[in-house]
Amino acid sequence: MIRYIIRRLLISVPILLIGSFACYVLVATAGNPLAEMRFRPGVTEADIKAAEISLGLDKPVVVRYWNWLTDFVSGDWGQSIALGQAKTAVYPAVTDALWTTGRLVIGAELLALTLGVSVGVLAAVRQYSIFDYLATSTAFLMFSMPIFCVAVIVKNYGIQFNNVLESMGLDRWLTTAGPRPGGFSGSFGEVVFKYTGTFLLPTVALMLISFAAYSRFERASMLEILHSDFVRTARAKGISQSRVIFRHAFRNALIPVATLFSLNFGAVLSGAIITETVFGWAGMGTLLVNSVRQFDPPMLMGWLAVTATLIVLFNLIADVVYGILDPRIRLG
Amino acid sequence: MANINLASEGGVVNSAPQSDSHEFDASKTRTQGQLVLRRFLRHRLAMVSLGVFVFLVLFAFVGPFIWTYDFEDVSSKSYQPMSGTHPLGTTQVGKDMLALLMRGTGYSLQIALIVAALATAIGVTFGALAGYLRGFVDTALMRLVDLLLIIPQIAVAAIVVKGFSGSWYVVALVLAAFAWMQIARITRGETLSLAQREFIEAARACGASTPRIIFKHLVPNMIGSITVNATLAIAAAVLTEAALSFLGLGVQPPDTSLGVIVLENYGQFMNRPWLFWGPFIVLVSLSLAVNFIGDGLRDAFDPRQTKVRA
Amino acid sequence: MTSVSELPSEDFLPSDDRATAPLLSVKDLSVTFPTDDGDVRAVRNVSFDLHAGDVLGIVGESGSGKSVSSMAIMGLLPKNAVIEGSIRYRGEELNGRTYKQMQPFRSKHISMIFQDPMTSLNPVYTVGWQLAETYRAHHDVSKKAAWAKAVEALELVGIPQPDKRANQYPHEFSGGMRQRVVIAMAIINDPSVIIADEPTTALDVTVQAQILDTMLRLQSETDAAIIMITHDLGVVAGMVNRVQVMYGGTVVESGPVDDVFEQPRMPYTVGLLGSVPNPATLGKRLTPIKGAPPSLVNLPSGCSFSPRCPLVADVCHEWEPELEEAGPNHTTRCHRWEHLVTVENPQRLFLHDEIGTVENPAVFAAANPDESLEVTAVHGSLITDEEAK
Repeated sequence: MIRYIIRRLLISVPILLIGSFACYVLVATAGNPLAEMRFRPGVTEADIKAAEISLGLDKPVVVRYWNWLTDFVSGDWGQSIALGQAKTAVYPAVTDALWTTGRLVIGAELLALTLGVSVGVLAAVRQYSIFDYLATSTAFLMFSMPIFCVAVIVKNYGIQFNNVLESMGLDRWLTTAGPRPGGFSGSFGEVVFKYTGTFLLPTVALMLISFAAYSRFERASMLEILHSDFVRTARAKGISQSRVIFRHAFRNALIPVATLFSLNFGAVLSGAIITETVFGWAGMGTLLVNSVRQFDPPMLMGWLAVTATLIVLFNLIADVVYGILDPRIRLG
Repeated sequence: MANINLASEGGVVNSAPQSDSHEFDASKTRTQGQLVLRRFLRHRLAMVSLGVFVFLVLFAFVGPFIWTYDFEDVSSKSYQPMSGTHPLGTTQVGKDMLALLMRGTGYSLQIALIVAALATAIGVTFGALAGYLRGFVDTALMRLVDLLLIIPQIAVAAIVVKGFSGSWYVVALVLAAFAWMQIARITRGETLSLAQREFIEAARACGASTPRIIFKHLVPNMIGSITVNATLAIAAAVLTEAALSFLGLGVQPPDTSLGVIVLENYGQFMNRPWLFWGPFIVLVSLSLAVNFIGDGLRDAFDPRQTKVRA
Repeated sequence: MTSVSELPSEDFLPSDDRATAPLLSVKDLSVTFPTDDGDVRAVRNVSFDLHAGDVLGIVGESGSGKSVSSMAIMGLLPKNAVIEGSIRYRGEELNGRTYKQMQPFRSKHISMIFQDPMTSLNPVYTVGWQLAETYRAHHDVSKKAAWAKAVEALELVGIPQPDKRANQYPHEFSGGMRQRVVIAMAIINDPSVIIADEPTTALDVTVQAQILDTMLRLQSETDAAIIMITHDLGVVAGMVNRVQVMYGGTVVESGPVDDVFEQPRMPYTVGLLGSVPNPATLGKRLTPIKGAPPSLVNLPSGCSFSPRCPLVADVCHEWEPELEEAGPNHTTRCHRWEHLVTVENPQRLFLHDEIGTVENPAVFAAANPDESLEVTAVHGSLITDEEAK
């Protein structure tokens, strides 16, 4: 198992290198961060040339990539070069955004996974029951639903709920525009209450989206396994129905979900970005959108490098989980 | 043992896709295509969805010729309520919402269909090549997929759209660049198992070239899953395009799409809900319809799922 | 762990009764699956008694209802199956029981060996775990004791180094070894009845012989009654003392194995025997049955074999005969069996002169493609039985 992990890690390194180089070329060819400078009054060609040299833009792409890579690996992620902005350092900007997004996504994903898997299992076990029809059609609907519309709808009903609270003389509970700055204060109960209010809506929006994929997938794989020969063997042993379902079928139906969980990372990321945008959280999504708008290559590279590394890491974790769940993989 | 060999070979020939096997009893036997079509036509939900889809296509591509307003026409007053002249009201700048929806649906469909076509063509070719040739080609493909998986589509789309304008075909290309992987993965898997079958070996023994084996022997045998996944790719492309455009990272004005329309109008959710629900309903019916058609096709191509297991 | 105290123990029945009362008694068993295309009548009016020490063979082509009847006995059919008739184990009715009510019988009293050893073991648990689980389902013992029992069962079925092998996963076993594990699982609770559903079909010929050998040895050691479901007449001849031939979902002939093989009283049995190549008939023509097995949705009127029967008469199309006594303990479901008795070398009935000789397949196929296709269908199904899928 350890050899397997090390091998996977070694494969990841060249992929990350090639991936980051591809990203670097893409960012470098997509635009010139100094393009806007030309349109400013009082900017001469000489000024632009000077700026180019100070940013190292006059060197070939490969050299620039090498410089960026060595700096990045040694911990110097560079500075934002967006014009008309205070020069922010890339490292804290990306990690702050990551923390904001992470808080939101981890909770929502865990909820979605738990809920999706349980609903999928139950729907499969009670195939063709009312519960199954309800769960299947809900999942199908959510699956066909544009993510941002779900977020918009959830947000607006949240606002209406707040209005109702207010008309009853209570505080507006649900946060619909960004998390409160700073932490939460008050007694433990109050903190939990405020925390819930802040996270509830974006979590629900994000969860609804992932939930559909998990429950559909789990139902399908559970159904397939419930019809498999080894489940029939288990039934023939004279063990209880629940033992057949949980010890034999469910344990096997978890294996493909581990794969989905890792492949789903990209979808979760875009889901998170959309949810953040709608709910006004300053996370990875906002950072990406702003860096693209202002065309800020160092920030974009920081963003891309962090997400790519995370994706590789998650794939690795998923592979390890896969190996733990499926003994047939362990040796290979 | 001679007869056993004969029998097993006969059985395979019988199930191989040679079209003359139904000659013996033409009155009763239907071709595979007829069977699939019959099962699909019996799938009620899929038929309703096909109707919805056809309606949306007509709405998008014939509608603008009939409807009085043009989507670029800003002559109407800002934020008109729903009325006979503007069934879905007007937007802030005075565009007729119905005309906008026709145009937006058209662009969304155009993008989605091109994405699905490109993704299927690339995915099937790469997947079949990797699965059939194995070895180096296979490894190269898998590494390419690994590579593309670590770069989030949303970021690439954002950067490309920023760098090369947000015309609809640029968006379509970016979407297709990421959508082919799923189809390649499925095609590869199916090719791996089909390549072991006798009729492929027979074709190879007859000296058929690799392209011929892939496109004349392998692809026709995977037509079911290819069609189903192409359909599902359309639905996915509709949603992804809308999401990117909603973030301002996809189609850019003056082009429009359903995502752009939602982006421009979702602020009116409370006060003028029709401006949100209109594009929402079109978007959801489009993706639901295509998904249901995909489901119907899957059932039609693979009736095993509905058979009783004994 | 489930209590088994409510079950009739062997002491429950009066001792002299035990000698005559069958262990398992199936009466008029019918299984129907409702589908979109109509009811699939998989099993119709199947009856048999099984006594201690019996080895009953059930033979037939795919789709003849062999596997479905055995699954009905185990209560393992899907919920949409309509099961009629009675299945009595030591006098206890099994049909109509819920999963929970059926639980104490499974494995403890009636166990099953499945067809495909590659898929019938759970891939994520060790072999020992799966055996121990089976034992603990019916015995209130510690995990350690159950594990010891599992190792013992592995040893019993002839797996070398059982204590080491118990810690391995199914994918680390070969097909034959896996089938031994499945057999170990079937005998670990010392059941009175073992149903073996095509236990050797998925295995290589040499391994088949080993597995059958193991089963015979275990049968003589444990005195369990065995129902051997197979399409392999060789297996039947070597193992079984009574045989039932099934066709179109029902029993068409039943009797002691020697009688049935030497004096078949049903044209289908004659055809079945003639379809199998064996050294005794080397150089002679095989006599396959024309046509394909009937659709279980639209059974032919009258006898279900009538469309393919060389002895068919008008009455055969009119009504399906009952099982009739055609010898001591030998019954047949045929209007024409008395006529069959008078036929000399009945195999010849299935010879069709228009069919070329099998020794020359090319001529055979070219001369009459229509015929060859049909013959293929019969053989194909006999060889690759996909009934259980």
